[in-house]
Amino acid sequence: MYTSLSSAIAAAEQQNKPLSLIALEAESRDQGRAIAEIREVLHRALVVMRGAVEQGLVGDLKSASGLVGGDAAKVRVSTNGPFSGTPFASVLSRALAVQEVNAAMGVIVAAPTAGGAGVLPAVLTGLAAAKGLDDERLVDALATAGLIGAVVAERASLSGAEGGCQAETGAAAGMAAGAATEMLGGTPRQVGHAVALAQQGTLGLVCDPLGGLVELPCVVRNATGAAIAMAAIEMALAGVEFAIPADEVIDTMGEIGKSMDLRYRETAGGGLAATPTGRRLARERLVQIKKSGP
Amino acid sequence: MVSLLDIIGPVMVGPSSSHTAGACRLGLLARNLVGGTPERALVELHGSFARTGEGHGTDKAIAGGLMGFRPDDDRIRTALDIAEREGLAYRFEKEKLGEENEVHPNTVRITVERSDRSHVMLGSSLGAGRVIVSEIDGFPVEVHGNHHTIVLVAEDVKGSIARIAGILADDGINIATLRVTRKHKGGDAFMVIEVDDPPGEDVRDHIRALEWVRWTHRLDKVSS
Repeated sequence: MYTSLSSAIAAAEQQNKPLSLIALEAESRDQGRAIAEIREVLHRALVVMRGAVEQGLVGDLKSASGLVGGDAAKVRVSTNGPFSGTPFASVLSRALAVQEVNAAMGVIVAAPTAGGAGVLPAVLTGLAAAKGLDDERLVDALATAGLIGAVVAERASLSGAEGGCQAETGAAAGMAAGAATEMLGGTPRQVGHAVALAQQGTLGLVCDPLGGLVELPCVVRNATGAAIAMAAIEMALAGVEFAIPADEVIDTMGEIGKSMDLRYRETAGGGLAATPTGRRLARERLVQIKKSGP
Repeated sequence: MVSLLDIIGPVMVGPSSSHTAGACRLGLLARNLVGGTPERALVELHGSFARTGEGHGTDKAIAGGLMGFRPDDDRIRTALDIAEREGLAYRFEKEKLGEENEVHPNTVRITVERSDRSHVMLGSSLGAGRVIVSEIDGFPVEVHGNHHTIVLVAEDVKGSIARIAGILADDGINIATLRVTRKHKGGDAFMVIEVDDPPGEDVRDHIRALEWVRWTHRLDKVSS
């Protein structure tokens, strides 16, 4: 698998192929699996993603703590906002939907992680629905997203405990931005810029879950992550080029993550988790570990 | 090497890929050490696993894995209740398993017991559902669970690797990777062999029958 986006983009340009195919060919070589079989697995993931979007949009789920649930439905039906009824609002509601399902211990696809699982399905299914794109295009997009995520995993991190939320909703935003840019006709080079534009907007993002639960701010942070991805896609397809290459932005994310104080890295010891309200909600709602003797 | 399907996946019960899905996979790997659901399990959680694992269902996920549930199994939600019915006596403790810069923040030590067998595993959840087992019974290993894996402890005799490789070749099993470590020369040697196909009972019997093999386990693949 590629360990830099620049080498994947170079291969795509040299061979005149989209990044999705470059990704599938690398995976096929690495794992000894036929491309058709890999696409089949990705398609199954897509089905689960769609299921989570639909389940969450219904809006009747509550998380174990009761702190989250119902916001996806609110955004879906609202006519009050400046983007109500547009693909942008649809993407926001989809991101909230998947995360509300996740918080209720429903079944989702970690892409790349469960904490950031709302971003990619929201951006891809939301834009595909708006543009009338079929499943084959979505499967291609998932392959591209996988390639981007693999590079982030290799160069930086995909866990909040190591990289803060930069590594979860941040990485997901980079994946979504790059994959959707290609899905909507962008060149490999534009995909690189989309990833950089999204990732730069999430540098420094901490992991500060209230009470340690994957609920707040996680649910809404997937929506804001999706919004950053949408901004990156719009700019990249317009021809905006970010001065720092995506690989260097990803490396920076990793370096910032390593230097982050432990309290901002999924220990619920800092950030919003440590606010007076955050602490009060944690005390009121936290689940206790059940102990059973041998 | 990272796979696309590590990134787009796993399909899992939420809420956390490192503290739920990864934890479940570590439970599944530990289960292999006693050949089935353990009777007793001590789970010592370090760092982030300990601090935020409670709200992430880490305890349910590990208990589920110990009982053979995969990360997308609905039963994880009620795994602790099921464990009581299944006769799995579990204990979860918070324990510092090493210094911050030495040990991954999501590390767990799982001790499993069944009949007269007892084994201990040290593992970490690396994020996005990926895991690594870094120690089994004090021997350093590197098992990711992406392949069916055979682990064995043997006396450090000449030709042992060739004998083991021969047994696998006779059974038509292809070796993906093979690692040998030993605590000191002439002491026990520890082998970790990742294979492409699930090794059958007869393969394990052949390996177990070798007089210089002290114990051997099969760790089934946990990735999809």
